[in-house]
Amino acid sequence: MNAIFAQYGFLIVATVKIILLVLIVLTADAYLTWLERKVIGHIQARWGPYRVGPHGLLQPLADGIKFILKEDPLPEGVDKKAYFFAPFLTLMLALTSLAVIPFGPDITVFGYRTNFGIADINISLLALFAITALSVYGIALAGWGSNNKYSLLGGLRSSAQMISYELAMTLSVVGVLLIAGTLSLKEIVEQQANGNLGLLGWNIIGFSKDHAGLTQIIGCFCFFMAAIAETNRVPFDLPEAESELVAGYHTEYASMKFAMFFIGEYTAMITVSCLSTILFFGGWLSPFPASWTLTHYVPSVILVPLGLWVFFDGIRYETIFGRIVLPGIGSVLTLLGLGLFAAPAINELIQGPFWFFVKVFAVLFFYIWMRGTLPRFRYDQLMDFGWKILLPVSIANVVLTSAFILWRMQG
Amino acid sequence: MSAALLIFFVLAGLAVLGAVALILQSHPIHSALSLILVMLSLAGLYLLMGAEFVAAVQIIVYGGAVMVLFVFVIMLLNAGEEERTNFSKLATFAGVPLALALGGVIAAAIARSSGHLPAPAANGALTPTRELSKLLFSEFVYPFELTSFLILVAIIGAIVLAQREN
Repeated sequence: MNAIFAQYGFLIVATVKIILLVLIVLTADAYLTWLERKVIGHIQARWGPYRVGPHGLLQPLADGIKFILKEDPLPEGVDKKAYFFAPFLTLMLALTSLAVIPFGPDITVFGYRTNFGIADINISLLALFAITALSVYGIALAGWGSNNKYSLLGGLRSSAQMISYELAMTLSVVGVLLIAGTLSLKEIVEQQANGNLGLLGWNIIGFSKDHAGLTQIIGCFCFFMAAIAETNRVPFDLPEAESELVAGYHTEYASMKFAMFFIGEYTAMITVSCLSTILFFGGWLSPFPASWTLTHYVPSVILVPLGLWVFFDGIRYETIFGRIVLPGIGSVLTLLGLGLFAAPAINELIQGPFWFFVKVFAVLFFYIWMRGTLPRFRYDQLMDFGWKILLPVSIANVVLTSAFILWRMQG
Repeated sequence: MSAALLIFFVLAGLAVLGAVALILQSHPIHSALSLILVMLSLAGLYLLMGAEFVAAVQIIVYGGAVMVLFVFVIMLLNAGEEERTNFSKLATFAGVPLALALGGVIAAAIARSSGHLPAPAANGALTPTRELSKLLFSEFVYPFELTSFLILVAIIGAIVLAQREN
């Protein structure tokens, strides 16, 4: 057993990690749709999903069953190669891009040291951009292959939008690269750890020891705007503007093929949230200085009250099923928090992933918040914003950042 | 056969397959997709030689930006199926022998130079990206800047051409 592990250890660990990540991400996608519908519902003074399971918690499962059981008609006159290839490509690229994301610092499990993510490569940021650069084909091919004018318009819009915003997105991270001096996402996070006071070292604030006062807040703004446009989300969701284009590029898709586009879109959202967390918000770093060891109990302090609240709110739920399930979830959360309190070794292990999750969740919530708040751009406004505002501002950010670094190096 | 050699043959095969398909496909979009396959295989080959930066840029610039423009224009013009005409006599009587001759010359050159090819730097200790950028901004800074200038001129030219009617 040990001999086999010594020889194929990397392969075994990588395979296990890939399977785990895909399962976690697909579940996260499903519950992201639930969260989105809930949050937007409450923003618009509605309840959101409420019928399937307590607080609509089983809605994603019902949606999944529906996707599998729906008829999958093949429209007439489609270009079969493009039509079938497009959803696969979208989903494949979206899932692949998660492979280079580091979700936490290196961990040692049973004496085997490994990185907290699938691949730890020295050009992970470039690799990520390379994968996202290809993702436009999924949408373009779907739009073109469907033999439908609305689909074609959606595909065309999407190609134009992605070409326009890719430039701004790539340029907006150059400031971070100049500070970090590396293309590895892991090293970019580690470089942000040398702040004087925890979160002050993050790139968005920029009071680290080496580059005091070098904030990347402009870069962060440009990156996030361009990233929203790249993932075709409100207020840049013109490729699937339902009031003008029915559903845009995926009008002619049904059943699992539609679900693939859907999962691809939500996975892209998660990837972008992870990336902005890593580049600008210190990745898995805690917002508190490393010397404040008491803050390591923050996960417990959050989990226990949350669990208790879910428990006591749940026992008063309308349905009997809810009165069983919700207190169950509540007690699991409470026990988890207490367990972390009791087992310091495990508590240390989950510090990085915990903060990473919290930050990614905050970014995702912001995404949904924007969708619930903002109207859609007009097409000319979209192009103007990309070319006349985002691009010059990100170039200015590159110039300012490099000038600042040069000035610090001389002074 | 080592794993690297196996991967090389798979990627090289894909590249050749894509190139052949590019010519044989009758629809412009399918041809463009075949060309993307060629670009991606080339990126894989660069990666195999330890040139990770070139590989990533190959995908971002050629696989992404350039080919997206190709596909975009084909979709915008709504170009239909290519019509097959009878091949011209010139292609049969001059093209085929010339193509064979070219293949022979390339094969001969490869056969002669085998053994002299520089070994790829395949260890992870190198950081070719950093070395590459240092070279670009020290030794080759003038060609690099001149190229950027050329591209800028092309961009301005494109804008002027596009705005001519107003």
